[in-house]
Parts: sequence; structure tokens; C-alpha cells
Amino acid sequence: MATEVRRDVVVLEAQREPGPRAWSPLLRGASLAAVVAVWELASRLGGLPAVFLPPPTAVAAELAGMAASGELWRSLQASLFRIVTGFLVGTGAGVLVGTAVAVSPVAEAVADPLVAATYPIPKIALLPLLVLWLGIGEASKVAVIAIGAFFPVAVGTAAGIRGTDPLLVRAAVSLGASPLQVITKVRVPAALPVMFAGFRLAAGMSLLLVVSAEMIAAATGIGFTILHAGDLMQTSKLLAAIVVLSALGLLSSWGLQALERRVVRGRPH
Amino acid sequence: MQVRFEGVCKTYRRRDGAQVEALAGVDLQVAASEFVCLVGPSGCGKSTLLLIAAGLIPASAGRVVFEGDASGRPRTAVVFQEFALFPWRTVLDNVAFGLEVRGVPRAERYERARALVRQVGLAGFEHRYPHELSGGMRQRVGIARALCVDPAVLLMDEPLSALDAQTRQLLQEDILRVWEATRKTVLYVTHNIQEAVFLGDRVVVMSRRPGRVREVLQVPFLRPRTEALLADPEFGRFCHRIWSSLKEEARAALEEAHGDGSPS
Repeated sequence: MATEVRRDVVVLEAQREPGPRAWSPLLRGASLAAVVAVWELASRLGGLPAVFLPPPTAVAAELAGMAASGELWRSLQASLFRIVTGFLVGTGAGVLVGTAVAVSPVAEAVADPLVAATYPIPKIALLPLLVLWLGIGEASKVAVIAIGAFFPVAVGTAAGIRGTDPLLVRAAVSLGASPLQVITKVRVPAALPVMFAGFRLAAGMSLLLVVSAEMIAAATGIGFTILHAGDLMQTSKLLAAIVVLSALGLLSSWGLQALERRVVRGRPH
Repeated sequence: MQVRFEGVCKTYRRRDGAQVEALAGVDLQVAASEFVCLVGPSGCGKSTLLLIAAGLIPASAGRVVFEGDASGRPRTAVVFQEFALFPWRTVLDNVAFGLEVRGVPRAERYERARALVRQVGLAGFEHRYPHELSGGMRQRVGIARALCVDPAVLLMDEPLSALDAQTRQLLQEDILRVWEATRKTVLYVTHNIQEAVFLGDRVVVMSRRPGRVREVLQVPFLRPRTEALLADPEFGRFCHRIWSSLKEEARAALEEAHGDGSPS
């Protein structure tokens, strides 16, 4: 016998909790693989001239050749030296200046207008001036990267330290912390997540500037390799160098993430 | 150590430039090892009074006198309503903070911090971070952190207000237990009358803003107190007696707050 349908009863049935989406990483891998495959097919079957777009296999072979001949390592070494030195100098100065500006009204009054006036300058525009001052050697390239890395870190550090929960400062003072200890033990740790956002911007800026600087004023490095390969229409080499840049960007971002996980404690990630 | 407030006034300037009188001459004495609770309508300046005693903000007029302890230990430590734990420090490192900034060697400060973590019932949670703890556990850390520096006077600013009713009741008993063991001078701000009567030796009723002492009542219930006291009709009567004193102030404060639209 058919059950009577009651219009005055609403039932919310139990549902299975949706499980983790196991296919998500697969799909991510597949999308990248599909683009590479289409590119390969288009180059090989579509009649695209290799000078415009060589197939991925050719780029990979070129990369292997550069690694074997040592050219890759020489370029990489030159670029990495500039990036790492410039990044460290720039972020170090940025942390110091950002902290000073955030905790001292005098430092803020001195530095704020200077930062506001110089921050908008595209830093690569300073390279010719830096070459005049420091010469065509490593110093001018390191300096332009340091300047580029400095600003996001200084601004991020100042914002993070200013944004420290005043209640935490109050708690530290009530427990006997000195003004210096309030900075080192409360304000800087509280600002670390925002500071890391600045470090990530600075890392991207460093990569951008190393390539630009090497295209303008260098005879070594990844940027120089790209420009030189372009001039000689060595498209596979040009693309191989771009792949190296992509890897550098990924590695620096992973490295900073790993560092952040180690340093930034006590918050859910 | 005893604490004496002598004509303490506080006037501050609001963001829009208007002068606000928060405290208008508070006279109050807290004896050594006495537990004094401060109740009053919201916005009456009771927390301000506590922060002045903590030395975190200066009084505009009058003074706070601490007397009778030459041991050189810290005068005060504060337990905050919002816990104010350092989120990047473990329970143990939060509790040890006061000793750390005073330069107490690592082994010594951890030993003392561990003892306090045990005393507030958090043994086993030493290496957890605050975000991994419940509100009640966080405030236990806040209490242990304040006690760790062995202050002469413990200042508690609505320490249980952010907690749910059941947790609050449990922590009240814990606070009493810890106080029986340490017999510190305590100044305890709350807006909860039952809490004030359950915990305090005396209850100080403050007027609405600008705050001054309206009435001081000696709590007649013997120690050690247990939760059985809450069911005592005398307890209810005594609380109601305080509420009668407070009610007109609270209502007037509520209406004034509506009137000028200022935050409480």
C-alpha cells in the first residue's frame, strides 16, 4: 500500500561527509602535462618553425647540453651570487629601517618622506646611475637588487610592527619587559608573518632585477644568456634559460615557505 | 604588601578632542593578603584604575602608594580579560616570560614555570601553543604567567569575562584555591556581582563615570569557600544587596551611553 505523503513534515536526511578530493593533485599535474604535450605536437606536426617555438624536447636537450658544457652552472653561479647578496643586504637593511621607523617617531619623520619619494621609482632606472657610481662590475648589480629588495621589506616590517596588538605590548610591559625587549620579544615576533610577505615580494623583485640588470650591463648570468641567445636566434637556449628562471622562482618561494614554517610559531598554517 | 589609592583621578582626551573624566578621586585601601573585588557599571573606570595600579597608564591626579614589602620582588602583575598570551610562545615560554625579561637563567625560570603550570592544572600542556588551548586553559596560562614573577600584588582585570558560564565557575574555584595557597594581595575587577562576592574579602562598588567609590562592603562568608556557598540564601541576599546599590548607577550609565553615543 502506498504511504501517505504528509505535507506538514520536513525531513533533513543524513549525508555522507565529502571525503578529501584525491583527484585534485592529479588534475594539477595533468593540466601542466597537457600544455607541454600540445606544445610538442604543435611544434612537430603543426609545422611551427623551431626558430619561433622549438618543441619542449628540444628545450630539454638544450638544457642538458648547457649543463654538460658547464655554461648553465657559470650563468647560474653569476646570477645566484647577485641575487643572494643583493637580497640579503636589501632585506637586512629593510628589517632595520622598518623596525626603526615603526618604533621611533624621529626615524619615522626622517625616513617616511624619503621612502615615499623613492618607492615609486622603478628600480631598474637607477642602474645607469649605480654603474656610474660603482662601476660596471658586480657592485652595481648587487646594489640595484638590494634597493629593490629593501623597499617591500622595510614597508612590510614597519606595517607589521606598527600592527602589533597593543594588548601584547601592555602584557609584556606589565611583566617587566624593557623598551628594547618589547621590540625584540614582542613586536618583531608579532610582525613576522607580515615581514615574510615582504620577503616574498623582495625575492620576486630580486629575480626581476637580476635579469633586467644582466640584460643591460653584464656579460654573464641568466639574463645575459637570454638576451644573447635572442640576438643569435638560439630559441631553444633562450627558452632553456627561461625554464631555469621559472625553477629559481619556484625554489626561492618554496625556500621562504619552509623558513616561514620554521620561524613563525604558534599559528595554524 | 598593601595598596592605597589616594584621590586617584584620570582624565583622557578622546579622539575627537573631547575631555573625558574616567575617574574622579578614588580613595581605597587594600590590605596585605586581602582579596578586594571592584564592581561597577560598564565604563565606570574600574579597569582604568587597575591599569594605573599596574603602572601601565599614569593617573592625572592623586597617587597610588605601595607599602610594606622591601623584598624587591615585582610590585604588580596583571591578568587580562583577553588573556593577552604571546601566540608564538608555548605555554611554558609564556609563563616564563616575566622571568626571562628579568634575566633569570633558563633552567631556573623553566623550573618555576613548570611548577606554576602544574599549580593551575595544565601539566602536560607545557609545549602547546595558545591557539591549541580552550579559553579556560588560556586564562589559566594567563594566571600562571602573572604568578610566575611572584608579584607582591596581583591585579586581575575581568579575567573570566571572556569565558562561558561553566568554565567561569570552575576557574573561580581554581582562583580561590591558588589564592589560599599564596595569600597574595589581590585587586580583582569584575562586572559579575556573584563572582565578586564568591571571591572577595571586600566588595567595592563604584559609581558610574566618572568613577568613584560608592560603597565598600565586607563579605561575611567564611573561608575556605566552596561552590556550596552559591546555594546559600544568604549569598543570594548579599548579592542582591549589592545589585540594589549598583542598579540605579548601571541604568543611568546605560542611558548616558545612549545619550552621547560614546563607547562604554
